[in-house]
Amino acid sequence: MADSNQAPGGLSTTFFSEAGLMSAFAMRAVRVAFQPPFELREVVHQVYMVGWRSLPLVMTSGLAIGVVLSMHTRATMERFGAEALIPAALAIAMISETGPLMTGLLVSGRVGAGIGAELGGMRVTEQIDALESLAVDSFHYLAVTRIIACMIALPILTTVMNFSGLIGGFLAETVISNVSLRLYLHQAFAGIGFLDYVLPTVKTVVFGFIIGMVSSYLGYTTVGGSEGIGRASTRSVVFSSMLLIVINVLLVRIIFLLFPSGAL
Amino acid sequence: MSPSDQGIRFEKITKAFDGRCVLDEVSFEVPHRTACCIMGRSGTGKSVTLKLLMGLLKPDEGKIYVNDLEIETLDSAGLVKVRKTMGFLFQYSALFDSLSVADNVAFPLRRHTRMRETEIAASVREKLAAVGLEAEFDKMPLDLSGGMRKRVGLARALALNPSILLVDEPSSGLDPITTREIDALLIGLKSSNKTTVVVVTHNVRSARRIGDKLIILHGGHIIAQGTAGELDDSKDEVVRQFMSSAE
Repeated sequence: MADSNQAPGGLSTTFFSEAGLMSAFAMRAVRVAFQPPFELREVVHQVYMVGWRSLPLVMTSGLAIGVVLSMHTRATMERFGAEALIPAALAIAMISETGPLMTGLLVSGRVGAGIGAELGGMRVTEQIDALESLAVDSFHYLAVTRIIACMIALPILTTVMNFSGLIGGFLAETVISNVSLRLYLHQAFAGIGFLDYVLPTVKTVVFGFIIGMVSSYLGYTTVGGSEGIGRASTRSVVFSSMLLIVINVLLVRIIFLLFPSGAL
Repeated sequence: MSPSDQGIRFEKITKAFDGRCVLDEVSFEVPHRTACCIMGRSGTGKSVTLKLLMGLLKPDEGKIYVNDLEIETLDSAGLVKVRKTMGFLFQYSALFDSLSVADNVAFPLRRHTRMRETEIAASVREKLAAVGLEAEFDKMPLDLSGGMRKRVGLARALALNPSILLVDEPSSGLDPITTREIDALLIGLKSSNKTTVVVVTHNVRSARRIGDKLIILHGGHIIAQGTAGELDDSKDEVVRQFMSSAE
């Protein structure tokens, strides 16, 4: 990890060294994921921990974001007399970008910090060594299962976030215009095709990989006692969020290149 | 002694951390079904020796043989196979926080055997009874004292009936009565003619009781090894201080 007291040259060397180690960790995870034992029970447990336990946060945030987006959209649309387009504009905003990115950032905060702290704690208290001594591949059992769980949970949570956002938008709209849920949903989905939904949602599989990989790497390689655990937890959130935002730009660009008609 | 009699063999092992040499060409052997106690002041590489034996650390130089297999040359599948025959009690127990006492002990059984849950539960109760903790079956590790955690760690290390048991500081945090009980358990394992025991300890009384062979590490080297009687006769000042500390 980079030390803030290092000289600029040393800092950049440490950055590249750390990036290299993280890449090697990611490649190892991909390779090991296809090797038995597949640790399905642990993957299911982690999907529950990552996905199910994030549901309240994602649903509440989705509702709030939907309400706020709806209010902003109405303020803009009213100027042009296009209030009928509010549901469609909100749906496009939620499904194409706001839903996936917000879900990624929320999960990065809740789950990334948790994985970093949990694995860091296990490293510091020799629980990872204990797993190895019990003839268990700790990398596969702890890191790979969490990465896979994040990749499974993120698209599901994103779908929940999108629908929560739409429901939030409906609640805000129905108070003002008394629109029915049926009409609202009809207008919302009128301009959205299958690819418009699938592509941004599949994008979150990559977000899941980033969150799981970065936080597992930082937790698994923790050194330095309780201070190290805190550092791993904080850096898991910071690095995975930053990487997620940067990679998102790249993924959106790729989607526009490969599927120009489906990129909204 | 023929090679097949050597359960464990350390050949000129050197290990350094951040430029500080902890073990410097250390060599020793532990024959099958005997007990060896490793002693020495803090920071002399005793725990490192156990971790090297388990393959958790890699030596900078030298070779380690466990049951005549060179640990360094084993692939991950080979290492898993060897580790299934070994048990390790960590210095601070290293129990899994998220699992109950019973699940900690059952963990290796669920992973490596095809036993039914009822059989696993019976085996877990038996192991916990052996360390005097059958009543703590459903508790979480954080609800136990340090000494109790240590005993659960020992029960977990014994879960698969290992042929080699590595024990790091078994008596730290234990009262004298429990210490004697744990010593008796380790002696019983050795006497059952099934288990090779390597114990790292500061407790010379325990070492005298358990060890067929005692090793004293100092300054990265073995300064004495032999029976308790042989070490009592040593002229080395450090060895004499160590051996007399229990009198």
